[in-house]
Amino acid sequence: MTADRTGPGPAPEPGVRKPGALLVLDGVRRCFGGIAAVHVEHLEVQRGTITALIGPNGAGKTTLFNLVSGFDRPDGGRWTFAGRRLDGRSPHRIARSGLVRTFQLTRTLARLTVLENLLLAAPAQRGERLSAALFAPVWRGQERAHRARADELLVRFRLDRLRDEYAGTLSGGQRKLLELARALMARPQMLLLDEPMAGVNPALAQSLLGHITQLRDEGLTVCFVEHDMDVVMGVSDWVAVMAGGRLVAEGPPATIGRNPDVVDAYLGRRHDEPEADGADPRRRKGR
Amino acid sequence: MDFSAVLADAIRSGIGPIAAVFAIAAMGLNLHFGYTGLLNFGQVGFMLVGGYGLAITVVTWGGSMWLGILVGLASALVLALLLGLPTLRLRADYLAIATIAAGETLRIFYRSGWAEPTTGGVFGLQRFAGDFYALNPMPPGRYGLWEVRFGARDLWVMLVGWTLVLVIGLLLALLVHSPWGRVIRSVREDETAVRSLGKNVYAYKMQSLVIGGLLGAVAGMLQAIQVQSVNPDSFDPAVTFFLYTLLVLGGAGRILGPVVGSVLFWFVLTFVDSALRQAIGAGIVPSDVISTSEVGAVRFALVGLALILLVAFRPQGILGSRKEMLLGDR
Ligand SMILES: Nc1ncnc2c1ncn2[C@@H]1O[C@H](COP(=O)(O)OP(=O)(O)OP(=O)(O)O)[C@@H](O)[C@H]1O
Ligand SMILES: [Mg+2]
Repeated sequence: MTADRTGPGPAPEPGVRKPGALLVLDGVRRCFGGIAAVHVEHLEVQRGTITALIGPNGAGKTTLFNLVSGFDRPDGGRWTFAGRRLDGRSPHRIARSGLVRTFQLTRTLARLTVLENLLLAAPAQRGERLSAALFAPVWRGQERAHRARADELLVRFRLDRLRDEYAGTLSGGQRKLLELARALMARPQMLLLDEPMAGVNPALAQSLLGHITQLRDEGLTVCFVEHDMDVVMGVSDWVAVMAGGRLVAEGPPATIGRNPDVVDAYLGRRHDEPEADGADPRRRKGR
Repeated sequence: MDFSAVLADAIRSGIGPIAAVFAIAAMGLNLHFGYTGLLNFGQVGFMLVGGYGLAITVVTWGGSMWLGILVGLASALVLALLLGLPTLRLRADYLAIATIAAGETLRIFYRSGWAEPTTGGVFGLQRFAGDFYALNPMPPGRYGLWEVRFGARDLWVMLVGWTLVLVIGLLLALLVHSPWGRVIRSVREDETAVRSLGKNVYAYKMQSLVIGGLLGAVAGMLQAIQVQSVNPDSFDPAVTFFLYTLLVLGGAGRILGPVVGSVLFWFVLTFVDSALRQAIGAGIVPSDVISTSEVGAVRFALVGLALILLVAFRPQGILGSRKEMLLGDR
């Protein structure tokens, strides 16, 4: 894990500064009817790491993703990506700058084929300009290259059999896979994944997490929301915990479950149910 | 009762100049609605500014036909920008409201007494198509096969009209099968997803609105030339709904959908009309049940019935795919 590889790593406290931070959030706030759904004082995501964002239902994880990716307007705050201010920018410009997100409720393009869903995501396509669209020789070569890459991704995500089916015919898990593959097709610097493995069968999820780890080693930065603690423990280098819109804890996955703030975050909701191992509130009772 | 006359009438209408006009306007609407998912309920407004742009330039300002065509196209461009700039960032419904209002506002404005010095008011404008018919290579006479015959002027409009349909169809086919078309079709499915992948959805919707609007203007000009007059009341809101009818009939989101739809729409409409008139004339339908003056209304009632049956039994239209339609959420 990168955090371990680079020595002792940042201190496990919320809002800690990190070396080589790619995404830096400052005072990001969003209220719905007077209630702060998100209020993050400071959060940094380190370049080349996989960060898990966890927290109980309604903690504000999706809202935070919506803000950072430009789909929702904050009531205050600023954030930079690779040193550039991104707040106030439109979603497509944020995506073009290399920060690509997926959605908790999948957004597949139903009446396009699976292959077309992937091809759409390829960045900087010449044939997408109206002036060039009529002149196929201008974009055909590039399109062929995109097709080859899309086919590789489809094999990797076991969607190759469904290549020419309408995306609307896919199952829920297959849609999750398609959306993740599509996000990768966009060649992002950083991915924001909202519960990417929800509904995906565990074996395939493991293999895809392996793939994401490999991409991380090649320089991709990932921040993902996940409720399954096995997945969080398995792939993340760093865990950030949200509750009630705030960032309540941060730390390496091995120790995050022992953090009393994390336990508190989950306690409010389910103090008598066993949690998945990492954030098991009963551990605290035992102490 | 003369069946061959009824059939000849229907064929003449199905392949006639007005069918070509409606096919072109509906191809524009197909780009909006069938491919981009834009709800344009004012395609007739684009036809109006096109037709009037041509007529006003020639009659009121004394310009040439070519200048008039440019003015007609420019008017459609301006109209598309005016409609799109404020609404395309909002939910789909807003464009629908703006377009339906704009179509009707334009008609009332062009027929107002205030605009009469320029637009001819309720009388409209005539005698602007001379340049067009001067280009007609066919000597006067009647041409055709069997009982389906056209005058040289109509034939000239048809030749130009169906050639335009062919060229526009080819260009649109190239466009929608390009990466540009892929973005357009994706916008139809889910614009949020398209935005998240770095595409400027607003710009694409605007481009689609402009192109489809220009096609509307082309249709409006051809119609004005065909009837050799522009009159505000021939740009009734109902025209837009006929366009939707034939688009759904032929199959939205198919290049040939509006073409097949237009031919069939005019064929059926005229067939019913002509058959009713013949039946009344021959006393098969007593004239106190339906009189000849009521045929116009009755044929639309029958078309409405046909449309209900179509939506019930083949909602995807003639060329559409049922599988694809069931996946759509519209
Ligand atoms: N559009 C909205 N209008 C009003 N309240 C909202 C809206 N979107 C989110 N909220 C509220 O903001 C809070 C945070 O919601 P959010 O979707 O970010 O939670 P989450 O952490 O993603 O939860 P989950 O794990 O269940 O997906 C919730 O209390 C929710 O009710
Ligand atoms: Mg969520």
